[in-house]
Amino acid sequence: MRARYIPYLLIAPSLGFLTMLFFVPLAQTIALAFQADGIWSTENFARMAVDLNFTDAVVNTFEIVIIVVPLQLLLALAMAMMLQHVRAGRDIVLWIWSIPLGISDLAAGLVWLAILTDKGYLNTVLLALGVLSGPQSWLTYETPATLLAAIVVAELWRATAIVLVILVSGVQLIPKEYGEAAEVFGATPWQRFTRVTLPLLRPSIQTALILRTVLAFEMFAIVLSIGGRNFPVLVSEAFNWQYNQQDFGVAAAYAVIVMGVSLAATLVYLRVLRTPAEQR
Amino acid sequence: MRNVLAWLGSTLFTAGLLTTAADASRAESLVFLSTQLRPIEEAQNMRKVILKDFPREVDYVTEQPPQLPVRIKAEQQGVTHTIDVVGALHGELQPLVPLDALVPLDDLAGQLNGRGIPDQLMTLGKFGTAHQLYIPWMQASYIMVANREALPYLPGGADINALGYDQLASWASAIQEKTGKRLLGFPAGPQGLMHRFFEGFLYPSYTGGVVVPFRSEAAEAMWAYFALLWKSVNPNSTSYNFMQEPLLSGDVWIGFDHIARMLDALRQKPDEFVAFPAPSGPKGRGYMPVLAGLAVVKGAPEMNGAMALIDYLDQPETQILTARSVGFFPVVKANLPPDLEPGLRLGANAIEKMQSAKDALPALLPIGLGQRGGEFDKVFMDTFQLVVLRGQKPRAVLDREAETLRRLMTETDAPCWQPDPPHTGACQVQ
Repeated sequence: MRARYIPYLLIAPSLGFLTMLFFVPLAQTIALAFQADGIWSTENFARMAVDLNFTDAVVNTFEIVIIVVPLQLLLALAMAMMLQHVRAGRDIVLWIWSIPLGISDLAAGLVWLAILTDKGYLNTVLLALGVLSGPQSWLTYETPATLLAAIVVAELWRATAIVLVILVSGVQLIPKEYGEAAEVFGATPWQRFTRVTLPLLRPSIQTALILRTVLAFEMFAIVLSIGGRNFPVLVSEAFNWQYNQQDFGVAAAYAVIVMGVSLAATLVYLRVLRTPAEQR
Repeated sequence: MRNVLAWLGSTLFTAGLLTTAADASRAESLVFLSTQLRPIEEAQNMRKVILKDFPREVDYVTEQPPQLPVRIKAEQQGVTHTIDVVGALHGELQPLVPLDALVPLDDLAGQLNGRGIPDQLMTLGKFGTAHQLYIPWMQASYIMVANREALPYLPGGADINALGYDQLASWASAIQEKTGKRLLGFPAGPQGLMHRFFEGFLYPSYTGGVVVPFRSEAAEAMWAYFALLWKSVNPNSTSYNFMQEPLLSGDVWIGFDHIARMLDALRQKPDEFVAFPAPSGPKGRGYMPVLAGLAVVKGAPEMNGAMALIDYLDQPETQILTARSVGFFPVVKANLPPDLEPGLRLGANAIEKMQSAKDALPALLPIGLGQRGGEFDKVFMDTFQLVVLRGQKPRAVLDREAETLRRLMTETDAPCWQPDPPHTGACQVQ
């Protein structure tokens, strides 16, 4: 009889912890977003929507997610496949590839800022090569294209590793026999990749995409350090309203939007990349 | 058994002794909570240098400005009070007045009468009440700094210490023409103080006010001027938080910022830079003095110690020490010594020239907005972003932003502050 309760007893602390520190603040944030002067209203959302940076923040955030996430998936897939064929030094390669995982967002942003500022490493190199005749700005409001490109590159550098790690562990779970069987029947390497590896990798891809997309919607420190005021995104606007304008209601409204978008993206991935029951 | 009891007894006794000792040392030290001099280096200078000669031990604790009223309110509601003295900017002490948290310091103000604190500063410390609620502590301001290489491009006949905004524009555009680079810079980054330039310098200089003439024709002309001036401004300005960095690296030749945020440049290379007052416009030389004050919290455990600490910090020697070690300037009459660091002297002279200029027009930090100061700043930065960075017509932007400003002023019921004309009720945009 007692044994029936033991599992619940054991998970109770973590459940309690999550409830206290996740669900309670979540409920409070939602309540904060839908209240103005103590009355239920959508005023915070209205103020958020008419703000001059709102449209930019939405467009910029989606732009980054739409560009970065597919690129990261492709890159990580390619890297994971290449890694399969590495015999000696495989661990070292994997280790070097995952270095950016251990670096904080802000530090990564500052590294890229040091590379891309007017007197940064990139300009120094280009100047030495004779490509440029004087310092060229890349990150100002006058150069939105290079600013976007810089943020995309920095995000790729920083967060491709997380996708890679998930895919590598997924690839390792695929039994070799399938590939060998396909080879026996005369499948080309490309056919083996698209017909055998990719379908079997679907659960890992799903996990990686959900994780990466949610994190990309929440990206903040790297954008703030490279783009600053010139490249508002949803979370940086939430930060501005919270700390600079000290308007907690509008900040909470942004937080709710970010949460809603992330949830929607997760649901889409769960549905589209669903693994049929018979394949599990 | 007896041994155990003896051991227990001696342990308890020692523990008791330790507790008493700890209590005694706690009672001995004063708690000084400050929103200023927060960076670790400045805080250490405060503890190790400025407070060194004070006869009592002082716990110097820092707090982020928005947290100050929260903390004071929490102490008011709690049983034990720990804070004796609060040091903060004028505008940061203001929210403590409606909380009724400050002890009137009229007697202390009387004792400090001979120190030569200017009347206008003392009056600010009353917040429009009959009582002295804080004693001025130290001051700073925003100034301009230029690289000496920029000086040859000054327009003919211009006096750098009495520059006008039109001359600044021709200076910057001459530099752009001759060098091909835009070398004027403003701290318009996410953590920069650009909003203060509009609130305390440009608006007063062009319109003689801040809130009341927000959407006036003079303001419209002013924004048109500034958008034109911006063509000579380094486009990286929207990333600059502290102007000392681009000044030192040579990315900018002429910069405007809070003196504390340019002091590194002046200190490191006093021979390469000049410091000078902010320019003047049609209505005068608008400038924003930055005044920090010292207040005593109601319920302070050590009322007498708190008064003694304020007295100590406002002695001329301490004030000079403060200028030397943290770069804030005296509020009392204190002659800066001849061996003062050249960089500090440059800054001090620029502030002095700005304050004593014939057309000086002091503009205070916003008063009475409480927690909503950030929204006020946003009105000016949004206007800047729309008119200057996105090139929209000033008229439409001003009319729209004026609505936001009006709502903010009505909701906070904040009265007009200098240089807007006194007015009954909430200050309103005309």
